[in-house]
Amino acid sequence: MADDTKYDLIVIGSGPGGYVAAIRSAQLGMKTAIIEKMETLGGTCLNIGCIPSKALLDSSEFYQKIQKESTAHGIGIPKVNLDIAELLKRKDSVVTSFTSGVESLMKLNKIAVFHGAASIPRAGTVVVVPAGENSGSATELSASRILIATGSVPVELPFLKFDGTTVVSSTEALSFDRVPENLAVVGAGAIGLELGSVWMRLGAKVTVVELMPNILPGWDSQVSRTLQRELEKEGMQFHLGAKVSGVSKKGKINLLTAETAKGEKLEIPADRVLVAVGRRVYTDGLGLEALGVKRDEKSGRVVVDERYETSAKGVFAIGDVIEGPMLAHKAEDEGIAAVERMANIHGHVNYGTVPGVVYTWPEAAMVGKTEDSLKQDGVPYKKGNFPFRLNGRALAMDATAGFAKILAHETTDRILGVHIVGPWASDLIAEAVVAMEFSASAEDLARTMHAHPTLTEVMKEAALSVDGRAIHSK
Amino acid sequence: MSQEVKVPSVGESVSSGILSTWLKQDGDYVTQGEEIFELETDKATMAVPAPANGVLKIAVPKDTEVAIGQVVAHLEEGAAGKVAGGAAAAGESAGSRASAAATAEELSPAVRRLVADHGLDPASIAGTGKGGRITKEDVLAAADRAAAGNAKSSSAPTAGTAAPTAVAQQSAPAASKTPQEGGVRQRRVPMTTLRRRIAENLVHSKQSAAHLTTFNEVDMSAVMEIRKKYRDQFEKKHGVRLGFMSFFIKASQRALEAFPEANAFVDGTDILYNDYYNIGVASSTERGLITPVVRDADRKSFADIEREIVSFTTRAKEKKLSPDELLGGTFTISNGGVFGSMLSTPIPNPPQSTILGMHAIQDRPMAVDGQVVIRPMMYLALTYDHRILDGREAIGFLVKIKNLIEDPAQLMLDL
Repeated sequence: MADDTKYDLIVIGSGPGGYVAAIRSAQLGMKTAIIEKMETLGGTCLNIGCIPSKALLDSSEFYQKIQKESTAHGIGIPKVNLDIAELLKRKDSVVTSFTSGVESLMKLNKIAVFHGAASIPRAGTVVVVPAGENSGSATELSASRILIATGSVPVELPFLKFDGTTVVSSTEALSFDRVPENLAVVGAGAIGLELGSVWMRLGAKVTVVELMPNILPGWDSQVSRTLQRELEKEGMQFHLGAKVSGVSKKGKINLLTAETAKGEKLEIPADRVLVAVGRRVYTDGLGLEALGVKRDEKSGRVVVDERYETSAKGVFAIGDVIEGPMLAHKAEDEGIAAVERMANIHGHVNYGTVPGVVYTWPEAAMVGKTEDSLKQDGVPYKKGNFPFRLNGRALAMDATAGFAKILAHETTDRILGVHIVGPWASDLIAEAVVAMEFSASAEDLARTMHAHPTLTEVMKEAALSVDGRAIHSK
Repeated sequence: MSQEVKVPSVGESVSSGILSTWLKQDGDYVTQGEEIFELETDKATMAVPAPANGVLKIAVPKDTEVAIGQVVAHLEEGAAGKVAGGAAAAGESAGSRASAAATAEELSPAVRRLVADHGLDPASIAGTGKGGRITKEDVLAAADRAAAGNAKSSSAPTAGTAAPTAVAQQSAPAASKTPQEGGVRQRRVPMTTLRRRIAENLVHSKQSAAHLTTFNEVDMSAVMEIRKKYRDQFEKKHGVRLGFMSFFIKASQRALEAFPEANAFVDGTDILYNDYYNIGVASSTERGLITPVVRDADRKSFADIEREIVSFTTRAKEKKLSPDELLGGTFTISNGGVFGSMLSTPIPNPPQSTILGMHAIQDRPMAVDGQVVIRPMMYLALTYDHRILDGREAIGFLVKIKNLIEDPAQLMLDL
């Protein structure tokens, strides 16, 4: 067999950033290898992130709809049973079909797959140690280029360390064997809200504690407020501006202790505490320090140039390990751009049009600037808004909460930001991303035909509203 | 038979330029030698003559980048009649309408609406969107420009009547406001190529060098004496007026000899010493600043230098300067005094490392031999690149010029 240890590109990490980069690299004719520490491919996203959480969100939403909405549709359903084990099994099978799908893609593109922990002793060399075995059976690979795509892991709070049962991260929260009676969630970002929603719909009493004065810090404040209201209607409780201090026990009851902004002490009953305060870069065991790879002192992110090359020549990095939002689609585009640059194609990532999505129900999605950031930069803007309750499709679907808001430049009308709360916001945002990529103005969207009756019409009406001439609202 | 009108070669270093204006209209009958279009390069603008007689058929619109040798028009020989011109024009516009229609699908909805509302030709609008697409912003800017162009001609008469009363003053701005976009009180005018290049050069100069300016003052009375005494004789013999520039150019050249770093360029980590003295004289034209170069100033007489400067000024006004005449300088003199400047901090023209600023001559009370006397004084500024010239050299350079100007006999005696 030809030398199985020499490659043009070795990718470390098979998450969305890594496996997509590997496929692009193979498409461009580079001999590629990919290394994965876990047993299955796909990284956090496929195994303990995006995919399993969406599966649970859909299952739990289905359960909720049956319980709460079937009568309105004239459908009578006798007692509804919930088998958590089955629910989790479905989630697992969704994950498996995806991870085996990635495996097939690797085979299809003739990408060599190595399982084990990787380290980079010197530029051009990667050592892989298979899991559970001693370093004696390590494999040494060589490549002119190495791409680090090792991703991130949940941040652990020093005063609330993970113990795998009571204090957990998103990983365990995707596999609770029982619906907790009381679930406390620390952190009101996307992950906390999504997983909190899952268990709330399945019957848990969910309380969310957040340090900032609003949920989804960094998002449009109208979006945060609207989503909070909708979640509260479902029974989610929020303590905003509150600082968590730890867990304590009162007899057999676990309590999450916190202090509000006003200094009040909180004791929240919590069978489980989900800590979802953010994620941090994961590069353990790679040996980056010895290699001289520069990192940002404050954030710990790996520093790269516009070709995604680190300070160590021939070593590149993309995805969660480098600067920018920790999102799968951002990692994918970076993986492609980095590989294309290696092949001297001008690959490029547009960081101004990275969409963000929260998969609660209603969903929330955004792309571009918020009103706050435009005000801060002194950019003059106008805005248009349209509520879902005036949209035919949403009415028919009984999903009338939320709105679409478009921010456009005051004089040029160029779309600067779009913010949506509502049904399938995650899909609706795509139109906004495409429009912004093509430097479209709000008028361009307003003058584009949108099928009727669809949810997408809220975008058209919001665009018309920028000019003060929405048809279906004042 | 038609004759091609090509972009002429304008200098060794130039391979392209911008056809900025057509001086004749499509369909006009032009004669050989008549100027028909203006070509703008980084360095200068020139008017290009027709190579033969004929009816002009324009092939390239104005404000288009063209290559040397490119065909920009045709001259239809023979019939000078308006009929031929008219038919040609009709053919042209039908063709351009067809091409405009062909691109209509590529225009976004807002752009389609706007170009129709404003009667604009999308082919004339530069697109700044993805893949060169025209965005709404581009059309709004083009509409502003078009409206400003119309407003300029209509606001002139109203300005006169607006002066007396405040009420009338309010109506004058209304006349020049763009029709549709009432609230936009700003005009966007793209920079000419020349201005863009000037801007780029200046910024580059500021960012790559370490510029400092040192000052001194010079008593012009000695030079003024000489001019007074020999003015008529000089003009009679040499056919040109004796100005100040020849003195300063000569003095600068001597100073450059004494302080070779001032005549050198920085190239990466090397210093390029130039053993010749090409002194540029910064001149202001309506298009911007240009710097024709007096080559080998050491080998030229005062008369030669004065003659060259007059020639530069005249030809710059007529746009007949060749770009090669603006290249190759090792040092520059800028005279802000003609505009009334007392003191300034000029920027050297890269790759040059030094520039001398001359200023207005003003009678000032000076202390001379313990007495207060009135002397015609000029402030001198020398901006220098500290990477290769230290304070001592720069100061010495300026002091040398001062001494040579205040005591011109030193110039004569090569001291």
